[in-house]
Amino acid sequence: MYRRQDKKNKLLKHRVIWIVIAFALFPLVWTLSAALNPANTLINQQLIPPNASLENFDYLFSNEQHPFPIWLWNSVKISFITATIAVSMTALAAYPFSRFKFRGRRNGLFVILLIQIFPQMLAMVAIYLLFLNIQEVLPAFGLNTHPAIITIYLGGAIGVNTWLMKGYLDTIPTSLEEAAYIDGASRFQAFYRIILPLARPILAVLFVLQFIATYSEYILASIILNSNEKYTLAVGLHLFISDMYANRWGVFSAAALLGALPIVILFMMVQKYIVHGLIGGAVKG
Amino acid sequence: MLSILDALAVWSATILFTEHKYIFLTVLIVVTAIINFVYLSEKAYPLRYILPGTFFMILLVVYPIFYTVYVSFTNYGTGHILTKEQVIEQLENRYYLPEDTQDFSYQAFKLPDQSEYAILLEGEQANLYLAINQQLEEITTNDPRLIDNDGDGNIEQIGDYELLSRGELLKNLSTLQNLELPFNDNILRMKSLAAFSLYRQQYEYNGTEDKILDLKNNISYFPSEGSFTSDTGDELLPGFRTFLGWENYLTLLTDDRVQGPFLRVFLWTFEWAILSVLTTFALGLFMAILLNDDSLRFRKLYRVLLILPYALPAFISVLIWRGLLNTEVGVVNQILEALSIDAIPWLQSIFWSRFALVMINLWLGFPYMMLISLGSLQSIPDDLYEAAAIDGATGWQRFKTITLPLILVSIGPLLISSFAFNFNNFNVIYLFNEGGPPIVGAQTPAGGTDILISYTYRLSFESGRGADFGLASAVSIVIFMITAVITWFNFKYTGALEEVKENV
Repeated sequence: MYRRQDKKNKLLKHRVIWIVIAFALFPLVWTLSAALNPANTLINQQLIPPNASLENFDYLFSNEQHPFPIWLWNSVKISFITATIAVSMTALAAYPFSRFKFRGRRNGLFVILLIQIFPQMLAMVAIYLLFLNIQEVLPAFGLNTHPAIITIYLGGAIGVNTWLMKGYLDTIPTSLEEAAYIDGASRFQAFYRIILPLARPILAVLFVLQFIATYSEYILASIILNSNEKYTLAVGLHLFISDMYANRWGVFSAAALLGALPIVILFMMVQKYIVHGLIGGAVKG
Repeated sequence: MLSILDALAVWSATILFTEHKYIFLTVLIVVTAIINFVYLSEKAYPLRYILPGTFFMILLVVYPIFYTVYVSFTNYGTGHILTKEQVIEQLENRYYLPEDTQDFSYQAFKLPDQSEYAILLEGEQANLYLAINQQLEEITTNDPRLIDNDGDGNIEQIGDYELLSRGELLKNLSTLQNLELPFNDNILRMKSLAAFSLYRQQYEYNGTEDKILDLKNNISYFPSEGSFTSDTGDELLPGFRTFLGWENYLTLLTDDRVQGPFLRVFLWTFEWAILSVLTTFALGLFMAILLNDDSLRFRKLYRVLLILPYALPAFISVLIWRGLLNTEVGVVNQILEALSIDAIPWLQSIFWSRFALVMINLWLGFPYMMLISLGSLQSIPDDLYEAAAIDGATGWQRFKTITLPLILVSIGPLLISSFAFNFNNFNVIYLFNEGGPPIVGAQTPAGGTDILISYTYRLSFESGRGADFGLASAVSIVIFMITAVITWFNFKYTGALEEVKENV
């Protein structure tokens, strides 16, 4: 009796889980189907398109009014540069907080914690006006340039990451550096040759998280960038979909899938760290 | 390294100095001094590591926060972009055609292959003037520079300048029209193709009385709330940037056309954030409890499939949902139609738009809640449940008295963070429906699903209406304060600050 009840429960569980999975996969399945459907409009959609083809993907790479490959490349480039520099700066900044005793160390950490509470985008008006002014002096860092948007992202990247990095560095025993000093290493050599290689896992995780966050950012990119060939994927796709919604749905779906792919792969690589509750809210909600 | 940097700094400083950008110059000098100190002084050794990151943080996070505060007290925005000095300069360069104007017939001469012009003008009393390089001088008919090659009484050349034919004149017209030749406190400017005329300066700034005098109509304009205004209320355009005090904040709270929509946006922001956290947490925890069963088959597969929505970049998912929920042609309404349910106006009705947003955010957010709940569930010791089973507790009782309280202890702070995140979840709101549908009769661009952050964005950057940076910054400051309160609450709840102070 007891066992049968148990079996029934199990079956119910599986059913409920499958319902939620259906909810989770529903948009993705339809997007895949639309991407493969050469009919291309929202109207005549079928779950399994009758004559599936890659026509929509071809169109993506040959459309000059909406240069999808350029947007994708811009996003990857900006995210890569931002993540690389941000991780380097974070590692540098976290090291003394973890190792050296100096005046203002505790307050410094505290201030970083307080500052990172406020999302950078809250100051979007001020950031826009700042770059409007910079433009007059340094056009290369002015509005509608990639150096400008990368600089902005770098400013926002330091806060949380420094704390995560410091936490990790704290777990590396100081005896390693002491041994290095005895062997005649300078302080910077000890950091660069001994500590950095040991911190590789956290560097990789922070890099991926920063990459994803930058790639997904919309608001600041839309303020700073204003020409077709400078847009990131997020800004470009929004424009694309506002321009021609219903009649290019297949092309949009193809773009969405291609654009999401790199992030899904990166995300699956780091998702186990999210279980620890450390980093989730910092990137997504 | 340092010497290269210093050389660069000196070089930029000279450029900035010659261009009179003194604010940037000061910033540059201070920054260079700090860099030099940090990398040369042994005492500042740890700062060498921290400086690069700090530099970006101060420039792009701290400074903008303070600048936002400043802008929120000004009228900065469309029509009030320039400083008062710039506006005065612009006004003083405006001229009008007086009734007693004089016309001058003219001939234009040009250096071959260069944009250098000489204008020979003849006044009403047949007196001659020659203008070269904006310099006007009276000359006589036998001036040696006037060259009449063929002796027909017409001048073909002035020095090296050659007479422009009518066709060439038209080609150079745009440059010639912009010439302003100073003539006894007035200027001469091209009035028609046939003549230059005397124009008179219209506005003059009086520094001691701080007013603009309209010399043509003899009216005084005094600065008032960012524009030069006459006694009868006429304003001179453009206006200028000025300090307004609390005006923007008062507008938000008391101006009927702004206040109503603002309050709606304000309330919806809270509703939105609370609904988002509750729905995602409920579904996430529910799924975590189902999956937290070692004997469940396909557990790993289920987990991966359920995480997928979270793995996609949110901006892409939201745009996909926007297509699926398209009222006329979207898949969801097609399916509803097949079930003989009427099409739902997902993007046109405020209620359904909000409903759709909460659903989309549930889709986006429940996997995160599931992941953190799973982690937390695994740390609850089994013997608690065993003890409860012995006492005869039902499943619901066990959930209510053991699972929920223990989970809330460990992930409560994450829920508050999630609240703060959704409070400013611009991407979902804006990319789904641009904050729309619009609220009828709102003076500012406030939509039915706008939250504070998207409202700020639309006040500043939405094309069509002018930008109101001042008001937008005031809204930003409101968000800042709410965020600060939420965080303070979070810290208090977790005691995180005490922990920080003890452990660092």
